[in-house]
Amino acid sequence: MSVVLEQIFQVGFLAAIIRIATPLAFATLGEMFSERAGVLNLGIEGIMLLCAMTGFTATSLSGSLWLGVLVAVLTGMLMGALHALFTVALGLSQHVCGIGVTLFSSGLAYFLYRLIFGQQSVPPSIKGFATLPIPLLSDMPVLGPAVFNQFALVYVAIIAIPLAAFVLYRTPWGLSVRMVGENPRAADSAGVSVIATRFQAVILGGALMGLAGAFLSMAQFNAFTFGVVSGRGWVAIALVVFGRWDPWRSAGAALLFAFVDALQLRMQASGLGHIPYEAFLMLPFIFTIVAMAVMSRNAVAPSALLKPFRREER
Amino acid sequence: MFRLEVRTSTPAWFNLALPLLAIAATLILCSGLIALAGAGVLESYGVMFTASLGDSYAITETLVRAAPMIFTGLAVAVAFRAKFWNIGAEGQLLAGAVASCFVGAIPMPGPLAMLLMAIVGAAAGAAVALVPATLRVRFKVDDVVSSLLLNSVIYYALMALIEGPWKDSFSGYPISPPIEDSANFPVLIEGTRLHLGVVVALIAAPLIWFLIVRTTLGFRIRVTGENPEAARYGGIHVERVLLSTALLSGALAGLAGVGEVGGVHFQVMSDISPGYGYSGIVVAMLARLNPLGVVPAAIFLAAVMTGAEAMSRATGVPAFLSDVIQGTALLAMLVALLFTAYRIRRVGAAA
Repeated sequence: MSVVLEQIFQVGFLAAIIRIATPLAFATLGEMFSERAGVLNLGIEGIMLLCAMTGFTATSLSGSLWLGVLVAVLTGMLMGALHALFTVALGLSQHVCGIGVTLFSSGLAYFLYRLIFGQQSVPPSIKGFATLPIPLLSDMPVLGPAVFNQFALVYVAIIAIPLAAFVLYRTPWGLSVRMVGENPRAADSAGVSVIATRFQAVILGGALMGLAGAFLSMAQFNAFTFGVVSGRGWVAIALVVFGRWDPWRSAGAALLFAFVDALQLRMQASGLGHIPYEAFLMLPFIFTIVAMAVMSRNAVAPSALLKPFRREER
Repeated sequence: MFRLEVRTSTPAWFNLALPLLAIAATLILCSGLIALAGAGVLESYGVMFTASLGDSYAITETLVRAAPMIFTGLAVAVAFRAKFWNIGAEGQLLAGAVASCFVGAIPMPGPLAMLLMAIVGAAAGAAVALVPATLRVRFKVDDVVSSLLLNSVIYYALMALIEGPWKDSFSGYPISPPIEDSANFPVLIEGTRLHLGVVVALIAAPLIWFLIVRTTLGFRIRVTGENPEAARYGGIHVERVLLSTALLSGALAGLAGVGEVGGVHFQVMSDISPGYGYSGIVVAMLARLNPLGVVPAAIFLAAVMTGAEAMSRATGVPAFLSDVIQGTALLAMLVALLFTAYRIRRVGAAA
């Protein structure tokens, strides 16, 4: 036990948790916005992969990291708009469209990557984001080097969490998002455009998924590989449920998952583990499935989730 | 002026016309990517066609590739008919593969081993599918998310096995020990990989069609999906029907895994399924959830997959085009399905 505690309070370990949590926080917030507006986006896994690819490619061709981030975000918004076109404008079934968007986006990511970079024995890499220590704050003991000596995108994520909560709970637009996700008909009577609000929420969600993808290929791995996302999109789907569709709780869930993941990596590296590391990776999924059963008594999911809105059906 | 009208019924030729329309739209859209890669569109599609369906050997390879997708396609079609949203065929396939690999490694007479592999593999898939169905029936838990998340659970369980107790102690590779030679499914045509499991898949489709269209269980599945309130009013135990549907759907997906272990790989590795479970969703939608339509839909996707590799060698267009085609086909089919819900009517300017 003391060995475990020692490991936990190492600066490097805390920093690793923050790094693992960052793309998950972006992805989870993105999925949350979409779902709060009533649109499940199962395209997340593929969208993150495509954004990781386009961001990486833009940086590798232009040499500019922030241009890469911008391209990744725009890609995410475009794919969000595509998902919204099918599910919101055309009212097609969200889960099947989501799988379609994931298959399409990941296929496109593989295809374009192979087309641009060809088949190489060593995958091309870029000089990704360097750590950016924040003056004064980074001098704090333990927390300083762990939290305030990170990639710029980590700080963006740290700001994004309260910002997402503010937007969702304290702005008129956030109110519209919650209304169209809970009771679209009432929102429509109140003069809120259900279609427009859902489009905006899904596109904003796509932008955040773009940041998640960009972080993976441009800060965490500094390369694009076909396994760069490897199920993190599905993790985000689980974390949104586990975090009860709330920005704070969802981000907390991302942090908790990152802790388990970092612990698992440590145990693998130190050879301490008698438990297979896969057992840890399964945990968030099992917890979420159990949590769904427990939470089902008090319905916390947006009521209109998965339900298309057609104005004429009254 | 044109107007959208709600359709009350759809003509039968739609079942054929809509998938063909979706596939045509897909091939036209994806030709842009071929042009982007600097290859001839017709030439590339031509190579794809001849390499997958051009001669008898190519056809057997395509059928071998189609078999798991016939099973997952049937699994999804059956489930979606009852509006049990089983997105978990991938995990159910893996469970079937693992379970049948366990059985196949036990020395026993070949035919018995094959039969037991099928039974145990189907049971494992069914058991996995029962989880989201039970959660939905008992706790009203959304089956889309729970069945999807189970895929990851099963995947990591498989990884834990092949990197743990199953790991090849000789080579250190994360693969399971092979099944007994006697348990390998017999090859039906000398010099090809066409194995017994492919024929079983081809027979399964009409059997499932018969079950859905002609039996009481099939009737209950359809009514439960189309109108659960009416089903309940008519004395159908909707919850029980959902659970039976899940068992059937999971068993079919499990059999996809059995076929891959017994007929193709003879062991389990991490990439035993290149997403056949998700492809099953594409297949089922292209088939309009009709079990008979699943066979041509699966053969189409399989042809695209086998053909894409040859096309890549011949024209330099990345073989990943097949993944794009798969995703595009699903989305195009969903849009095409709008024609079943609405019809476009020309109306007078005054109206």
